[in-house]
Amino acid sequence: MKYVIAALLLLGLSACGTDVDSGYSEVAGIDYPTMWYLVVGAVFTGYGILDGFDLGAGAWHLFFRKEQSRRIALNAVGPVWDGNEVWLVIGGGTLFAGFPVVYGSLFSAMYVPLMLFLFMLIFRAISIEFRSKEEMKWWRRMWDINYSVSSAMLAFLLGVVLGNVLLGMPLDDNYEFTGSWLNFLNPYAILVGITTLALFMMHGAIYLTMKTEDRLFAKVHYLLTRSIIAFVVLFVILTLYTLLYVPHLSDGLKDNVALFGVPLLSVLAIANIPRLVTKRKYLKAFVFSSLTVGLLLITVALELYPVIILDTSGAGNDITVYNAVASNKSLGIMLTFVAVGGPLAVGYTAFVYKTFWGKVRLDEHSY
Amino acid sequence: MDVEILARLQFAFTIAFHYIYPPLSIGLGLLMVIMEGLYLKTGKKVYEQMTRFWTRIFALTFGIGVATGIVMEFEFGTNWATYSRYVGDIFGSALAAEGIFAFALESGFLGVLLFGWNRVSSKVHFIATIGVFLGSMFSAIWITVANSWQQTPTGYQIVGEGMEARAEIVDFWAMVFNPSSVDRLTHVWIGAFLAGAFLVLSVHAYYLLRGRYVELSKKAFKIALGVATVFSLSQLFTGHRSAEYVAEYQPAKLAAMEGHFEAEAPADLYVLGWVDKESQTTTGLGVPGGLGFLLEQDFDAPVTGLNAFPEEDRPGQVNAVFQFYHLMVAIGMTLIGLTLIACWFWWKGKLFEQRWLLWAFVWAVVLPQMANQFGWYTAEMGRQPWVVYGLLRTSDALSNVVTANQVLFSLIGFTLIYTMLLALFIYLLNKKIKHGPYDESDIDDRPLQEDMARVAGGEV
Ligand code: HDD
Ligand code: HEM
Ligand code: HEM
Repeated sequence: MKYVIAALLLLGLSACGTDVDSGYSEVAGIDYPTMWYLVVGAVFTGYGILDGFDLGAGAWHLFFRKEQSRRIALNAVGPVWDGNEVWLVIGGGTLFAGFPVVYGSLFSAMYVPLMLFLFMLIFRAISIEFRSKEEMKWWRRMWDINYSVSSAMLAFLLGVVLGNVLLGMPLDDNYEFTGSWLNFLNPYAILVGITTLALFMMHGAIYLTMKTEDRLFAKVHYLLTRSIIAFVVLFVILTLYTLLYVPHLSDGLKDNVALFGVPLLSVLAIANIPRLVTKRKYLKAFVFSSLTVGLLLITVALELYPVIILDTSGAGNDITVYNAVASNKSLGIMLTFVAVGGPLAVGYTAFVYKTFWGKVRLDEHSY
Repeated sequence: MDVEILARLQFAFTIAFHYIYPPLSIGLGLLMVIMEGLYLKTGKKVYEQMTRFWTRIFALTFGIGVATGIVMEFEFGTNWATYSRYVGDIFGSALAAEGIFAFALESGFLGVLLFGWNRVSSKVHFIATIGVFLGSMFSAIWITVANSWQQTPTGYQIVGEGMEARAEIVDFWAMVFNPSSVDRLTHVWIGAFLAGAFLVLSVHAYYLLRGRYVELSKKAFKIALGVATVFSLSQLFTGHRSAEYVAEYQPAKLAAMEGHFEAEAPADLYVLGWVDKESQTTTGLGVPGGLGFLLEQDFDAPVTGLNAFPEEDRPGQVNAVFQFYHLMVAIGMTLIGLTLIACWFWWKGKLFEQRWLLWAFVWAVVLPQMANQFGWYTAEMGRQPWVVYGLLRTSDALSNVVTANQVLFSLIGFTLIYTMLLALFIYLLNKKIKHGPYDESDIDDRPLQEDMARVAGGEV
């Protein structure tokens, strides 16, 4: 599936045909900066798909009432959440290495939401780790709440940061943020945050249907149908809002009809999910919700390229793929790393998922 | 307080906290590989129980290591934006390599290591253990290389000027094998092995003193003692190599480490002492001219002192650097002494009768931890005022848009959360140790892995 996404990305971006003579080497007709943009995009897409479902599953946690149900839901993500989170670590590393200017400017501009994100990440990790270590009711309850709230907050904050990237921000000629630290909290970013949460909760619920049985399964199925509705409604509102109030995002797509296919595909993917869920084809539904996450992120990538962060101050200090990028030499080395290490990383991930395939079985090593 | 102080405080605090856990994860990884290897070779249940027990403790250190490590990665972008832009080409590529090659391996196999006992064959499980251990070793490579490049930059060129200036890679392998990386990496690895081995020694010494899990603990203690002895001795060697590179490439740091002020004069080698920066004197117990002897085999050889450098290029905290360095060395010597005495009793066959020695090992667990911390304080504080030695000053490396209040907010947040994390870590570690490797009342109830495999394979 990753390959499908990568292929789509490649197709889409090469159709962009921005003809900048960048002075960078090329592979397969794509220059290194664009290629690295694809790599960063692919890693974050992988992250969205993988951590997306375990954050979503975590957000549902408090909806399950019985101790046994909570344990099953937790252990459904138990062996894989840490591996999923590594995609974020790799994403950060690839962004740092390839676009150091973005790394510095974006992260320092988003200081407060990112710090909250880190706090939540720690809370979540320790809730998973510590919940099962004591029998006391209050102990488990405390970690249950921590786990669920932090999972939901993480999904929301990811959306908020993404929303801000989509909007752009005021920059000076050193590409440094010039706005106030509260700028991150704007209506658009909040809407993107809530939509991301809804998307991940739908994605997580589909994952849980594959991992649960009996009454818990019935409950998950019920929650899933509700979350599909919530997501679709939010998605429509977000799309309208974007078209009306954030015109720079749709302009790029309007110019090139070929590119319009991607958002169209994502709408089709979304439409397919309720159909498959009704037919009780959960694995397929999961594939399609993964595709939804992937296609939406590709849409975002296409809308932005070659700008990564738009300067909204009007001075034209946009951070682009070309002015934020590392040296040609460094990119060449790292592309080699990715070519060697990427398949390995995908291989480990596949191996773990294969080992823990099927319904959750609790044993003495479970959380 | 200004942003610089706060940002440095936050970085020092979060990295020092992070660095409690990686050495344990790396060191326990090595011991788990040995224990599980012995289990596969001999098929003895006791090795399996040992491995499973230490895997449970490993899960704890690893979990906190991951959670606090992600903070470190993000902090470069949030708090040190100028630095990130400056070194992105070089540091970023090391960090990306770390993610792709090391963390993916580590976390990928971690799930199988922790939860896969009853799902995969014992060979595959062993491979997962090795994978996790190798992953943690690789991650130490890349992060240490990145830091060593900051200490002794090579293989780069500077492009642009002023705020636009940044370092670009010219020669990748020269960057990776900069003058300090190999010596420091081996020193860091061995420091981690010692941290893991001494934790194992401590816990099993405690069991032996309490008369619990005696057979298992004797075996585990001997394994860890072997590891600890070999690496305590080799640490002296790699430490000496590090001191040599410091003398050659960072003379101001060396001068601070020994509290040596006069520009060109024979320098003493102290065992302990006190540095007064104001009066530029160092008082203490030491070998006159000893530093020159160590470096040049000549007691009269002049050594460059702090006064040879302009005021603004000298490390500020001379006494702190001196003390941390000497404490590390003193601890290194103590570890060598302790392990050699234990080996001597082992050889005599009276190791487990020496209760005082076992008690010493119970408490010695803190020593490698302290040495690891103090070593980094020496290396990092001695490097000041530079972030990238001779190229970029710490005060120029900050994020320009981040305000003191923002950093204060996150610093308070980290302080609260990490305090809680440490309390939980100690509480759960204690609980796991109290619980022990197996339930003493029903030793034979726990299924062995091969039995499970037979059941699963339909043989039973
Ligand atoms: C000598 C080794 C060493 C050193 C100096 C550092 N780390 Fe570390 N780090 C590890 C050794 C390690 C490890 C052994 O690989 C970890 C630690 C705990 C763990 O159990 O994995 C880890 C975890 C870890 C993670 C989470 C990885 C995951 O999700 O699996 C990140 C992102 C970092 N670290 C980043 C950093 C940064 C940015 C550092 C410097 C400022 C740093 N570490 C210093
Ligand atoms: C894990 C072991 C490490 C420890 C215990 C450690 C410790 C410290 C300490 C105590 C400081 C503050 C020094 C001062 O302000 O006087 C510092 C600063 C710094 N260290 Fe490290 N460090 C470690 C690893 C690293 C690594 C691996 C890197 C980068 C690759 C790094 C990069 C920096 C930077 C950029 C600063 C800037 C802040 C400053 O100089 O105050 N450190 N470190
Ligand atoms: C036995 C005598 C020892 C000597 C002579 C010695 C020497 C040194 C020196 C010179 C440095 C500074 C390197 C730099 O500034 O870059 C250093 C750093 C360090 N030491 Fe030691 N050391 C000794 C023992 C130990 C022990 C026992 C441990 C841990 C168990 C340890 C852990 C560290 C660490 C983690 C660092 C920081 C990383 C680095 O810079 O390599 N050292 N040591």
